[in-house]
Amino acid sequence: MYKAIVVGTSYGGLEALKLILPQLPEDFPLPVIVVLHIGEHKNDTFIRLLNELCTLQVKEAESKEPVLPGHIYFAPPNYHLLVEDDRTFSLSTDEKLNYSRPSIDILFESAAWAYQHELIGLILTGANSDGAEGLKTIKSFGGKTIVQDPCHAIAPIMPRFALKIAQPEIRLSLEAIPARLVELASSKKAVE
Amino acid sequence: MSAYSDANADLLTIELQLLLEGIFQKYGYDFRNYSKAHIRRRVLNRLSLCRLETVSELQNKVLRDPDFFRDFLEDLSINVTEMFRDPDFYRSFRENIVPKLKTYTYFKVWHAGCATGEEVYSLAILLQEEGLLERCQFYATDFNRKVLEIAKEGVYQKADMELYERNYQLSGGKGKLSDYYNSMYGSVMFKKELSKRIVFADHNLVTDGVFAEVNLVMCRNVLIYFDKMLQDKVLNLLTESLVPAGYLCLGSKESLKFSTVENRFVALDDKQKIFKKKLNV
Repeated sequence: MYKAIVVGTSYGGLEALKLILPQLPEDFPLPVIVVLHIGEHKNDTFIRLLNELCTLQVKEAESKEPVLPGHIYFAPPNYHLLVEDDRTFSLSTDEKLNYSRPSIDILFESAAWAYQHELIGLILTGANSDGAEGLKTIKSFGGKTIVQDPCHAIAPIMPRFALKIAQPEIRLSLEAIPARLVELASSKKAVE
Repeated sequence: MSAYSDANADLLTIELQLLLEGIFQKYGYDFRNYSKAHIRRRVLNRLSLCRLETVSELQNKVLRDPDFFRDFLEDLSINVTEMFRDPDFYRSFRENIVPKLKTYTYFKVWHAGCATGEEVYSLAILLQEEGLLERCQFYATDFNRKVLEIAKEGVYQKADMELYERNYQLSGGKGKLSDYYNSMYGSVMFKKELSKRIVFADHNLVTDGVFAEVNLVMCRNVLIYFDKMLQDKVLNLLTESLVPAGYLCLGSKESLKFSTVENRFVALDDKQKIFKKKLNV
């Protein structure tokens, strides 16, 4: 069984998330943790918007908060978001990575250590290389890796880097992603 | 990070714990209750930079080579800061704290975990503009002596000034940030009139006790690196350092929620994390 989903995206990300997240059903069993690059702007507005669209509760991840199913968490602007091994959140003001804070790589790598093979990593549309190394780490732990097909992404750079560096198992059109997430979330994962 | 994978992730956890225990016993710096995810990231970065395979190899160098340890200490400490970080906080400070400070003839400020000092100069500028700097005794502390030296000098990259100037304006600054520094080639040096009331000193929040009795504590984006237990211990220390009705300013993502000192404060600005210590409990 998978225990969590991490998502990374930048340019075009809000549009992609608006399509995916509202399709996750009320009983979706996994927490969803998202890094969306939005610079240093506040994210109250889009969190409110997504909350209206989604059946799951959308919120900003708080320091030391336990990661719980039924929630979609967003990294706060200008902080890195990490998952601890005890599955609580940590924040950090460390240097930017890949010109980004929050950085997708930092979330993905910490989550990979915390969840190991029970993690699903998803890279969506975006305009830089952040997330590719993190996705590779998830794969190296035996987690499931998914990338949006860059041919149809608003910004193909991020998915392209992720495909090249992480060689993920699954490449999907945006429209096909929600159903696949629902299917994976309810699947019994074969234990190696 | 090739030495660590799915199969031996537990080994890394054990080795990290041993490393932190060794550092504490040998050097007295205590990182044992820091965020594990943060420590792991920094250690794995150092491994790959030094082309070492395992944390045990790193531990060997750390324990036997004090110079190597000094450099490694930089990896573990968090020294990223900026001037007028969170401009809304400084705006709220002017609104909620400054009027009260104006009623004092003399007051003390402690900036705990000041790193390279950008926020120390930010507050000094604010106090100067409000006519309060002369009445203030300002302590700025950090456990990392290297960053304290930088803070003392007040020399920063010119390239960062564009962002800092913007932050300063958004924070309600009354002039131009450039009024407060002199440019020299690629750097700027903040004017000595700002730092003449500031004492920079070595103090470790984790292992040292109360530093001074003060009217205002600034401790921003330090607690986020600690686990819950250590957060609570440090919050108690900060509380003990404050006079009754003293002010506590935390980072915008830090809180007193669930801590044992929560009921000893009232929030003056819940969003900007400005708290006032109750008179008596």
